[in-house]
Amino acid sequence: MLDQIVFYFFATLAVISAVLVVTRRNVVQSAIFLITALLATAGIFLQLHAEFLFIVQVILYAGGIMVLFVFVIMLINLDVSLHQVQFNRQWWLGLVLALVLGAQLTVAIAVGRSGLPLGAPAPATMLEPSTELVGKVLFSEYMLPFEIASILLLVAMIGAVVMAKKKV
Amino acid sequence: MHTLIDFLLTYWVQLVCAVIIVAVLPLVAGYIVLMERKVMADMQARLGPMRVGPHGLLQPIADALKLLIKEDIIPDEADKAIFWVAPLISVTAGMLAMSALAIGPWFQIADLNIGLLFIVGISALGIFGIVLGGWSSNSHYSLLGALRSAAQLVSYETAAGMAIVGALLLAGTLSTREIVATQNDYGVWFVFAAPVGFFIYVVASIAETNRAPFDLPEAESELVAGYMTEYSGFRWALYFLAEYTNMVVVASIATTLFLGGWLRPFAGTRAFNFLDFVPSVLLLGVAAYCFYRAPKQPVKVQKMLLAAIGALIILVALILAAPLVAPAGSFVATMKAGLHGAFWFLLKVGLYIYLFMWLRFTFPRYRFDQLMRLGWHFLIPLSIVNVMGIAVALVLHRQFGWSHLTAFSLTTILTLAVAGLLAAADEKQEKTHAIVGDEA
Repeated sequence: MLDQIVFYFFATLAVISAVLVVTRRNVVQSAIFLITALLATAGIFLQLHAEFLFIVQVILYAGGIMVLFVFVIMLINLDVSLHQVQFNRQWWLGLVLALVLGAQLTVAIAVGRSGLPLGAPAPATMLEPSTELVGKVLFSEYMLPFEIASILLLVAMIGAVVMAKKKV
Repeated sequence: MHTLIDFLLTYWVQLVCAVIIVAVLPLVAGYIVLMERKVMADMQARLGPMRVGPHGLLQPIADALKLLIKEDIIPDEADKAIFWVAPLISVTAGMLAMSALAIGPWFQIADLNIGLLFIVGISALGIFGIVLGGWSSNSHYSLLGALRSAAQLVSYETAAGMAIVGALLLAGTLSTREIVATQNDYGVWFVFAAPVGFFIYVVASIAETNRAPFDLPEAESELVAGYMTEYSGFRWALYFLAEYTNMVVVASIATTLFLGGWLRPFAGTRAFNFLDFVPSVLLLGVAAYCFYRAPKQPVKVQKMLLAAIGALIILVALILAAPLVAPAGSFVATMKAGLHGAFWFLLKVGLYIYLFMWLRFTFPRYRFDQLMRLGWHFLIPLSIVNVMGIAVALVLHRQFGWSHLTAFSLTTILTLAVAGLLAAADEKQEKTHAIVGDEA
C-alpha cells in the first residue's frame, strides 16, 4: 500500500514535470522541471532498492549535467528569447507521435500482461548491496565495454580541450 | 490509516531523530555564527558581541528574532515563484544530507549502504538554490554571484570527489559506520595514511562552502552580497542557515573519512585509556570559567544565567563521567560508546569548523582566475595522483607484503614530489602570463 502510494507519487511527479519541461516558454522554468523529473525518477530507483542507481542519477544528472545546463541558460539573454516565435511549428506532429507511442505502450502492456514473465520478488534482506554488485559486474563481466566507454569519454574530453584551446 | 500507523511504528526512532535535526540545526547554526564572531573578535583583539546575555551568549536568539520580524522584500521584476523557493532548496539539500551522518555510534537516522555518496550528492544539490536565487532576483550582482558560485562548485567538486575516492579506497565501503570501523581496525585515522588527500579535501571543502578565502560568490567589495543581494529578512536567514549547515556537513564528512569519526585518539591502545576522562575534564574547565566570570557580570540576571550555564555544563560532564566510574556491565557503563562517541565526533567537527574560521581571518580573498588556476592546475591533477598513490600503496601492502608504514610513506613522499612539480610548473606559467588581460 505504502509502496504504491510512493510509486504513484513519484511517477505522477515525473510525468507532469516532463510535460511541463516541453510546454514552458521560460527556459529556466523548463530546466527546473527537468531537474524535478530527474529527481522523481531517482526516487523510483530508490523505491526499487537500487540505491546506487539512485545516487548516480542524483549526482550525475541532477548535480552535474543540470548545473551546467542552468549555468549556460543563465548566460542567454532570456528577455529576447521569451518574445521570439519558436521556430519549430510542428508541435502537432510531435503530439501525434507521442500519442501513438503512448497507445502502443498501453496496448503492448494490456496484451502482453498475462504472458509477462515476472519472477517472484527477491527477499529484500538477501540482496547484496547494489553498490558492490554493480562494481563486481562492471569489473568482471563487462570489463571490455566499460574500458571502451571510458576511453571514449577520455577522447571526448581531450577533444573538447583541444577545440577550446587558444591558438598558441 | 492502518499503513500510516504501521509506518509510524516502524520508523518512529528515525522520525524523532529527523525532527531533532530540523529543530536543533538552526540553533546550532546560530551558535556557530556566534562562535565565528567571537573567534574573529579574538583574532582582531576585540571583544565581539557582549550585550545580549552574558558574553553575548543570547545574541543568536536576538538575531533570529530580528530576522523573523523583518520585512520580506521581493524585487518587482523578480521571478517570484523561483525567488520564493530558491532558499528552501538550499536548506533542504543541506538538512537531507545530515540524515546519513553518524554522530557517534548511536545517533544516526539511516545507515545507508551508499552513505557517503548520498551525503556528497545531496548536499551538491544545494547549488541550485544559490544559482536559481541569483538568477531570479533579476539583478546583475546576484547573477554574477550565482555564476561564480556554480563555476567554483563544479571546479572544486572534482577535486573533493577525488580526495574522497582516495580515502574510500582505504575504507573499502561507503557506509559511514563501517568507514569509522575500518579506521578502528587499521589503528590509524586515514589522515595519517593519506595526508595529501586530507589537505585537498580541506581546500576543496572551503571552496565548496563559499567561505573566505574563496568567498568570491559573495565578495562584498565587488558584488555587494553576491547571490543574496536582493534577499532580506527570513529568506536571507535561510541562505545563511544553508551555508552553515553545509559547513557542518563537510566538516562531518572530513571527520568521518579522515579524522576517525567518533573514535577517541588512540582508541585501540589500553595505555591511553586515561583519555576517556578528557571530555569530563574539558567540560569541567569550561564550567569553572563560567563560575569565575559569573560574579563579574554587570546585571544580576546575567550573573544567574552564567552560573546556570556553568551548572548545566557540570551536569553534562557528570553524565559523560558516569559510565567510566559505573561498575562494568551495568546499564550506565554500556552508555559509554554512544555518549563519548558523540562527544568526540562533535569535538572534531567543531575543531574543523574552527580551522575554517582561522583560515578565513588569516588569508586575503583570492582573485577569480587565481581560484580557477588553483583548482584546475593544481588540486585536480594532485588529487588524481593521490588516488593512484593510495592504490599503489594498497597493492604494495596486499600483494608484496610491505608494511603499511613503508608503503604509505613512500607513496606520500612521491605525491608530495608531484605536488612540488605542479606548483613549480604553475608558477612558471603564471610568470609567462603575467600581462593582465591575457588571462582568459
